[in-house]
Amino acid sequence: MAIKDYIRERFFPHIWCPGCGHGMVLNGLLRAIEKIGLDKNEIVMVSGIGCSARISGYVDFHTLHSIHGRALSFATGIKMSRPELKLIVPMGDGDALAIGGNHFIHAARRNMDMTAIIINNRIYGMTGGQHSPLSGYGTMSATSPYSNIDNDFDVVELSVAAGASFVGRTTTYHTKQMTDILGQAIIHKGFSVVEIMSQCPTYFGRKNRLGSAIDMLEGFRKNTTPIGSKAKQKDPDLIERGIFVRKKMPEYCDEYDKIIKRAMKGN
Amino acid sequence: MNENLKFIQGNEFCVEAALYAGLDFYAGYPITPSTEILEHMAKRLPEIGGKFLQMEDEIASLCAIIGASLTGHKVMTATSGPGFSLMQEALGYAIMAEIPCVIVDVQRGGSSTGIPTHVGQGDVMQARWGTHGDHAIIVMTASNHQDVFAITVDAFNLAETYRTPVILLFDEVVGHMRERIFIPAKGEIPLVERLRTSVKKGVDFHPYLPREDGRLPISDFGEAHRYNVTGMVHDMWGFPSDNPKIAYGLVRHLVDKIENNTDKIARYKEYYLEDARTILISYGSAARSALHVVENRRSRGESLGLLELQTLWPFPYSLVQEKCADAKYVVVVEMNAGQVLQSVKICVDRPERVFLANRIDGVFITPTDIRNILRLIEGKGV
Amino acid sequence: MVEPKLKEHVINRNWCKGCGICVYFCPKKVLELDAGDKVVAKRPEDCLCCKLCEFRCPDLAIEIITDQESE
Repeated sequence: MAIKDYIRERFFPHIWCPGCGHGMVLNGLLRAIEKIGLDKNEIVMVSGIGCSARISGYVDFHTLHSIHGRALSFATGIKMSRPELKLIVPMGDGDALAIGGNHFIHAARRNMDMTAIIINNRIYGMTGGQHSPLSGYGTMSATSPYSNIDNDFDVVELSVAAGASFVGRTTTYHTKQMTDILGQAIIHKGFSVVEIMSQCPTYFGRKNRLGSAIDMLEGFRKNTTPIGSKAKQKDPDLIERGIFVRKKMPEYCDEYDKIIKRAMKGN
Repeated sequence: MNENLKFIQGNEFCVEAALYAGLDFYAGYPITPSTEILEHMAKRLPEIGGKFLQMEDEIASLCAIIGASLTGHKVMTATSGPGFSLMQEALGYAIMAEIPCVIVDVQRGGSSTGIPTHVGQGDVMQARWGTHGDHAIIVMTASNHQDVFAITVDAFNLAETYRTPVILLFDEVVGHMRERIFIPAKGEIPLVERLRTSVKKGVDFHPYLPREDGRLPISDFGEAHRYNVTGMVHDMWGFPSDNPKIAYGLVRHLVDKIENNTDKIARYKEYYLEDARTILISYGSAARSALHVVENRRSRGESLGLLELQTLWPFPYSLVQEKCADAKYVVVVEMNAGQVLQSVKICVDRPERVFLANRIDGVFITPTDIRNILRLIEGKGV
Repeated sequence: MVEPKLKEHVINRNWCKGCGICVYFCPKKVLELDAGDKVVAKRPEDCLCCKLCEFRCPDLAIEIITDQESE
């Protein structure tokens, strides 16, 4: 299997629980990278802290396992200082949007060329199942034992409002779409966001009586629909999948190159 | 007039020193009294083809420069107390992952938001122990602009030599004051460049296996060797490990590489110490007033001396002990409640003879303040 | 285009954690979990080579080799 060329096989089997979505995202991401044909040496993967962050240890790229919530800030420094590198930043929903929420919106606004993957399993898994910013009202967790009264937000709407020039959403069930959207996000010149709805059967599934990983995947199949589908008109509760935004916008490193030219002329 | 001769702020001169040292990447966030560093970087860096980023906060600023350092650049950020507090986690990361960078803290008065436009030196202990866990750190300071230049260049050199963050603990007075300065010619101060590995592509590279001399050759991100960088306890390949032997070895390495070289890292200046009966120990802008007092009293034939510390951490314990061996009184002059005082008391032979001359009200300590305290110590009343 | 024909299921038993995702979603019910909760290809002759098991496996533990792929 060609995608094995992209992993550090000596660390397998990985640390994730049976049926965890993170392995499925890793699987889909490697296929996307293989399809594009990127060289391992031109990819830098930066991650934060949490189950999602462990992805970086398993891939044979330049990998930076950084600190909680700040992966995009490290990535910004790497990209800005060496724009020819491809930056891929996998994050959990808590990593990206709670502790890292501020960095996320500003990275989106800046439009520096990198791909933020938000693996949304609606829970803090590594610490044992506390509610995350995407758990949503009425869900159960270790820190909402009487039901969660925190509202969630919509990652796609948030990303669009923050100015991301590419925004997509898919699920771990839709594996081919996942690979396709990730590939397009990586190719996209600018800040791309891909939300991947993912399952944590160990914590979110169990606490919310959602069954096994298989049941949760079935849930993604039933509860989502392609953007603009007729099904969505009939059932507004369905969550749309696909590419919501893809626009050409000035990329930050390119813009800064112009600043350098201006500053040098002034000398 | 010599074009290398200028009349500028300490903050601005710090920027020129960083550029002299080879800095070409800066990220920061506005905060008084360090903002001029950010502003001058914004102007100066693109002029030389370098990169400047204004980030969304100080956390992101430090993280961004750590990232840029990994691709092989000399990097810096600057801030003041509140921002320095925000940076502590990423600072620990840079220590653990052994990533060279320079962090300037232009200290303000007070704790918390304090008195942003006033002076203080209250971050000495935070610079030492602000980030969690066992570690060693290099913290340097200067009292005048020409020294700001030399110490800043030095900070970049030490960051490269020891693969570690170096803190420049300046203060509001040094940062904002204008002084006549002279920019050394290129090559006049030697520069330490990034030590890169000679291991060829395809050969097993150990990014975290120190050489015999303790130095750690690096491979830049984007170059031939792909490895892992983490803040977790890690093995010689950079991968997380919970092996007690590896954990022990790593902590020892991180501490020893700096503390075993305390003598090499110690920078200081001494004035009239040979026969001094009363020794003032000071640093940063407070040392200016201390020096004034010493020179004034010397002119009256009194045997005062000054030891001006430029390296605060690792604290030069044996140096201070040796210099103070014959002193009747040792007076630490600083603008905090006695942060360097504690270290001095630890190492001198007679800690009961160590006194503090300080201010903690955001007002610059003057020669008169120091003189008043000296009179008290000497039993002369105010 | 000629339909690819199965050469073999390559299953890494050491990596498989027995989540059963591949078994459940296989359109032809080719796969099963054995007594040790590891996946086995029980009815390889029915395999359509759709590779959904391979794409969905969270453990990167299963691979479909077809006659169109050079080793």
